[in-house]
Amino acid sequence: MDFILHLINGISLGSIYAIIALGYTMVYGIAKMLNFAHGDVIMVGGYISFVVTANLGLPPAVAIVAAVAVCTALGVIIEKLAYKPLRAAPSLAVLITAIGVSYFLQNAALLIWSSNPKSYSSMFSFEPLRLFNNRLSITSVTIVTVVTGIVVMAALTLIISKTKMGKAMRAVSEDKDAAQLMGIGVNKTISITFAIGSGLAAIAGVLLASAYPIIMPTMGSMPGIKAFTAAVFGGIGSVPGAMLGGILLGVIEIIGRAYISSELSDAIVFSVLIIVLLVKPTGLLGKKINEKV
Amino acid sequence: MKKYRFQLVALALIVSIFTLAACGGGTVTTTTAAPTDSGAETTAPADNGDAEGKAIKIGGIGPLTGAAAVYGTAVYNGSKIALEEINALGDLQFELNFQDDEHDGEKAVNAYNTLKDWGMQILNGTVTTTPANSVTPESFADRIFALTPSASSPTVVEGKDNVFQLCFSDDNQGIAAAQYIADKNLGEKIAIIYNNADAYSTGIYEKFASEATAKGLEIVSTTTFTDDTNDFNVQLTEAKNAGADLLFLPIYYQPASLILSQSKAMEYSPKIFGVDGMDGILTLENFDTTLAEGVMLLTPFVADAKDERTKAFVSKYQEQFNEIPNQFAADGYDVMYALYEASKKAGVTAEMTAEEINDKLIEVFTSADFSVDGLTGAAMTWSESGEVSKQPKGMVIEDGAYVGMD
Repeated sequence: MDFILHLINGISLGSIYAIIALGYTMVYGIAKMLNFAHGDVIMVGGYISFVVTANLGLPPAVAIVAAVAVCTALGVIIEKLAYKPLRAAPSLAVLITAIGVSYFLQNAALLIWSSNPKSYSSMFSFEPLRLFNNRLSITSVTIVTVVTGIVVMAALTLIISKTKMGKAMRAVSEDKDAAQLMGIGVNKTISITFAIGSGLAAIAGVLLASAYPIIMPTMGSMPGIKAFTAAVFGGIGSVPGAMLGGILLGVIEIIGRAYISSELSDAIVFSVLIIVLLVKPTGLLGKKINEKV
Repeated sequence: MKKYRFQLVALALIVSIFTLAACGGGTVTTTTAAPTDSGAETTAPADNGDAEGKAIKIGGIGPLTGAAAVYGTAVYNGSKIALEEINALGDLQFELNFQDDEHDGEKAVNAYNTLKDWGMQILNGTVTTTPANSVTPESFADRIFALTPSASSPTVVEGKDNVFQLCFSDDNQGIAAAQYIADKNLGEKIAIIYNNADAYSTGIYEKFASEATAKGLEIVSTTTFTDDTNDFNVQLTEAKNAGADLLFLPIYYQPASLILSQSKAMEYSPKIFGVDGMDGILTLENFDTTLAEGVMLLTPFVADAKDERTKAFVSKYQEQFNEIPNQFAADGYDVMYALYEASKKAGVTAEMTAEEINDKLIEVFTSADFSVDGLTGAAMTWSESGEVSKQPKGMVIEDGAYVGMD
């Protein structure tokens, strides 16, 4: 019974990693850049939803919509301002810029909300699900997180494979120049990718803060790094890969903490990553030509 | 040119988004006393002609922002109240300059150097242990007397003749907690969750565990975590399965708040026993205080104590800062009074150098007939190693407020 409980907790944590990893992997697949500011967009999402519920007293649904709207806009603005001018620059320059944006967001949050941690009230407070005569109870946040993860992945896969926009995304990720020649608006496509990725970050922020109800300006960095690891683990650029990588990472982390050692749980996670990359350098679901959406 | 104009517009947009969000903030946190970096200076009121330039300069260092801001702010506020009272007494004038260290060793040393440039003669600090471990070797080398309100690790005073503690050391706290639980029969099967990346938490845990065993308490589960942990389901599940009826948390209030909410989510409700790091949980912004209902902690100060001095302090504090003072506020208050009593006894004046004051204060603090009655203990005395001796009090949280258990 404990094992099942740990497994469920792991899947819940993993689903949050997965949603964050989806943002990393989409941006990487299409813009060929690692958006290290992604973790901090999560933090902004957490704070916006906090402000809307705790300070303005509005219902959780409004908070989630507001967080998604603000983060989507923020993602597009960051892209336009910080990354677009560097489209032709070497990838190292873009990487450094992304780290700069990450620090900018963290410090802006420090100025606005101060570094005092704030206690977050969960957005999902219905009764836990009870199974096996109460011996197993699954919290509302866990259920919402796992369901959200699955819905988001399904929706993304649909968008990418069925819509015109998705076709444009795939085209840009295959060959930017050729796509432009075929009349695809490359800049517009990249902007939309950032918008989707940042919107997902906002959702991840709400879920993360609901599951672990303390928010502070640095709350996004560690989950951001873990999610990036998950994206690489699953094969960066691959949508199902990010989902699989995220969930596996969460499960390994929790199971490792439960049965091996809580100090070593992060070390175990990263050792698994190293082993996977040694055996399969493109990640679990990565293709050899790692140019996918 | 057009491109740049666009960038400017976009920049303005970002700024306005953040500003709007800030406006939306509405109720800004009340625990931070001073803005980041600037520190704060409280000057002695110049009511008696010669006070200007004649006040003894006391430097304070503690976290006014950051994760541990609750502690630093409380110490600073408590010190300010004591400062006003002492200066109003008229026989010695103090001036307090309190700098922010964000609970960071490096920043604390910077703050210390700022204070030295300002002309600090005595140090009230630092508030937390990690910065204290960085700052006290400096103050030891510079021969500046230091009395820390709340840096509780034995390493803070170890081997330094001019560093003293006003709070219990971690060792004493662990031992006292175990004795208290055993004496009051609070629990039979005990689970412990502690942060083994933190000297404070580990120090208390070790002493607690050995004393608890000696007292015949059964420790059924011991689990650990590290600084970045926010998922405690594994630790709580283990404690629950081991049938623990009391959970001992020698940790700070921030992870403790996560543990409280996660144990409620998994419908596990043991008795919770904390240490002084738990103090501050009630002032965490937006915290659901019902989660902390029934949480017990050992602390030297009880805000609802009936003696006149505590009552006067609590009402002054509430009036000025709009919250009930925690033990750190009382620690800050007592530090100022201890320094005042000692300075008076030693005949310290504002004209003396820091080193002269240092030598005189060491002599007084270690002398057998020196004792201070404070809010956090009656007849506090100090050993030569710098540790204080006083009695702890048990407290329990009821209806969102601290109530004495004895």
